[in-house]
Amino acid sequence: MNLFREMTKKPWLETGAPEGPDGEVAAFDLPRSTLGLRVFLVVVTVLFTLFIVAYSDRMLIADWKAMPEPWLLWVNTAILVLASAALHWATLAARAERLADVKTGLMTGAAFSLAFITGQLFVWQTLVAEGYFADSNPANAFFYVLTALHGLHFLGGIGALGLTFAKTRRGADIAEVRQAVDLCAVYWHFLFVVWLVVFGLLLFT
Amino acid sequence: MADIAPTAGSQVPPAEVEEVELYHAKSFWTKYIFSQDAKVIAIQYSSTAIGIGLVGLVLSWMMRLQLGFPESFTFIDATDYYQFITIHGMIMVIYLLTALFLGGFGNYLIPLMVGARDMVFPYVNMLSYWVYVGAVAVLIASFFVPGGPTGAGWTLYPPQAILPGTPGADAGSGGGIVLMLISLALFIIGFTMGGLNYVVTVLQARTRGMTLMRMPLTIWGIFVATVLALLAFPALFVGAVMMTLDRLLGTSFFMPTIVQAGEQLAYGGGSPILFQHLFWFFGHPEVYIVALPAFGIVSDLISVHARRHIFGYRMMVWAIVIIGALSFIVWAHHMYVSGMNPWFGFFFATTTLIIAVPTALKVYNWTLTLWRANINLTIPMLFALAFIVTFVNGGITGLFLGNVVVDVPLSDTMFVVAHFHMVMGVAPIMVIFGAIYHWFPLMTGRMLHEGMGQFHFWVTFLGAYTIFLPIHYLGLLGVPRRYFEMGETGYIPASAHDLNAFVTVVTLLVGVAQIVFFINVFWSMKHGKLAGKNPWKAASLEWQTPEVPPAHGNFGKELPLVYRWAYDYGVPGAPDDFIAQDQPGSGEGAHRT
Repeated sequence: MNLFREMTKKPWLETGAPEGPDGEVAAFDLPRSTLGLRVFLVVVTVLFTLFIVAYSDRMLIADWKAMPEPWLLWVNTAILVLASAALHWATLAARAERLADVKTGLMTGAAFSLAFITGQLFVWQTLVAEGYFADSNPANAFFYVLTALHGLHFLGGIGALGLTFAKTRRGADIAEVRQAVDLCAVYWHFLFVVWLVVFGLLLFT
Repeated sequence: MADIAPTAGSQVPPAEVEEVELYHAKSFWTKYIFSQDAKVIAIQYSSTAIGIGLVGLVLSWMMRLQLGFPESFTFIDATDYYQFITIHGMIMVIYLLTALFLGGFGNYLIPLMVGARDMVFPYVNMLSYWVYVGAVAVLIASFFVPGGPTGAGWTLYPPQAILPGTPGADAGSGGGIVLMLISLALFIIGFTMGGLNYVVTVLQARTRGMTLMRMPLTIWGIFVATVLALLAFPALFVGAVMMTLDRLLGTSFFMPTIVQAGEQLAYGGGSPILFQHLFWFFGHPEVYIVALPAFGIVSDLISVHARRHIFGYRMMVWAIVIIGALSFIVWAHHMYVSGMNPWFGFFFATTTLIIAVPTALKVYNWTLTLWRANINLTIPMLFALAFIVTFVNGGITGLFLGNVVVDVPLSDTMFVVAHFHMVMGVAPIMVIFGAIYHWFPLMTGRMLHEGMGQFHFWVTFLGAYTIFLPIHYLGLLGVPRRYFEMGETGYIPASAHDLNAFVTVVTLLVGVAQIVFFINVFWSMKHGKLAGKNPWKAASLEWQTPEVPPAHGNFGKELPLVYRWAYDYGVPGAPDDFIAQDQPGSGEGAHRT
């Protein structure tokens, strides 16, 4: 469906049978859940963008003191790469209809994601121990807010991953499994990119 | 000038219609409480929204009592007054209007009007409603915490919103502001769940033949408003999260260096203006989140009750889209008095005035639809006409206020109160009533009582003008808004006080008269005249369901096929002068006479 072409139609002149030779439905050539996820990702993008705009605005004020980036953040980033890779592998396995590998991929992805969240909590602990409290500087506050929000999105994703795993266990149709695994992978890659942007922002400011 | 009766010539056999996996409720709980049927969810959303709206109405009475008869009511002090203002505004804009238009009408009408069995993600849809209930519950809970709800004004501007001295933010007892912010965050989460449903259902679940440009304008309005809400609410969410942290953790996102009672607070460096930008980046699209569904619904009401195709359908669709897009670049006109670069003000004044162009187009098109049409002055039509008049009224004062030089002196006066109540209060409420009178027969199978409806309309319409026209005048006199009482203010004549008392009396009367509407609804549900199928002879799909009210799954065994747009009214040769969307008919342009 070409949105612009659709919207230039003149419905008052176009009375008649449902369009197309077979009267197909005019919709995007996408499963509904894929479009649903894409719309959701747009909303999440707006959310993080607004935080970043607020960050950029607030950092101009003189009291801003940039935070150090603990080396553990690099380790966490690497773990996130592994989580994304595990889910990508699960999508390949789903396409090849190797259900056992799909399960392994999902479990590995979930494990790496939990490891990432644990790693982030360690970072928090380290920073708090060094006296970087949320109320001592806005840079600290933004760091905690952004990482918390990102982590919460991961937790939500892990819930969806659990549902997908349950689907594979109860022997759902392979097409359905493939669809669900694809969506999980897209969400993971998306959150990985969000993390790169957030981490980049922290590194370069 | 075609004059063609419908034939079966272009009939397409109902091919295999994809059956969606429809969830079938098995118990009372899953059928009526945790229902996944959009129609039930719609009624749940509407009832909750109207219920909390009544609380908002009562709060407005309390404010009016104080303004009309200051120092007469010992149970209203300044703290109460600010809490009433704040919660009244918040309830009306967010918990009533947004929830009712999108959660209520959106849920009921989208699947029925586009020919779907239900929303595409029914479980998420159900969650959306219950998260909304949670948001309302938290809002109500704020009345019962020590110190009561927040009194920061519905815009919740920092720093005052979270500082001791503002109701709901005092040290030790100030849970009100935190509960308000949590409630808003919950509302946004709940709305996002619903919003995903509305968008994807419109884009992906339309029945065969229902091209985008064959959708009724109601759906276009709700669809674009949902897109706006999905993009705008995150700004409020960001603001709410950061302000909660400022309050609870002592961060300084928005809090500048402050000396209070001779003592410097721990805050410092934050930017209150940043909050204003975030708030209004949400707040202005919010106006259109309410207005666009109203525009859409009113277009359909006018077309059906004037038996005429909507004038300039394509222009109407594009106007909705353009208004939606422009609504994201006008937000700072709410901030002229916060101090800004003159060029910045000039830019926002210009975009604000430009948005009047597509809006005026819509008004012209409604008027041209009515021109020499077969106007039936039914109750929905009366409300639709009242909307147009009111929207023009509120829109024109909006043009005044859109100019920086006019806005600055008027900004803190009652003129602004009158303006936004006309455009965002009275106008959408007119549409809501019109829509309820229009779709009640579909939802219940019975008509609302005509006599009670006429009474309700005239009292509400004339009453609203009797209330708000004088408030414009008070504003021009310089009567400030947000003041608990005027006291001895030299430049405000005694007549202004008399006018205030008059407005209060009318407000109470018009408010009480709404009881007639509720009596009508409850009485008609059981005793109203049987509506039968399609009593208004409407062409859109929701009226073509095999059963009235529509059953679970909406359309019986097969989904309808759509052959035309929703506006083939006044068709010569057609039985009942219209052709429904699912009726095949040969030729083109059957409606143009």
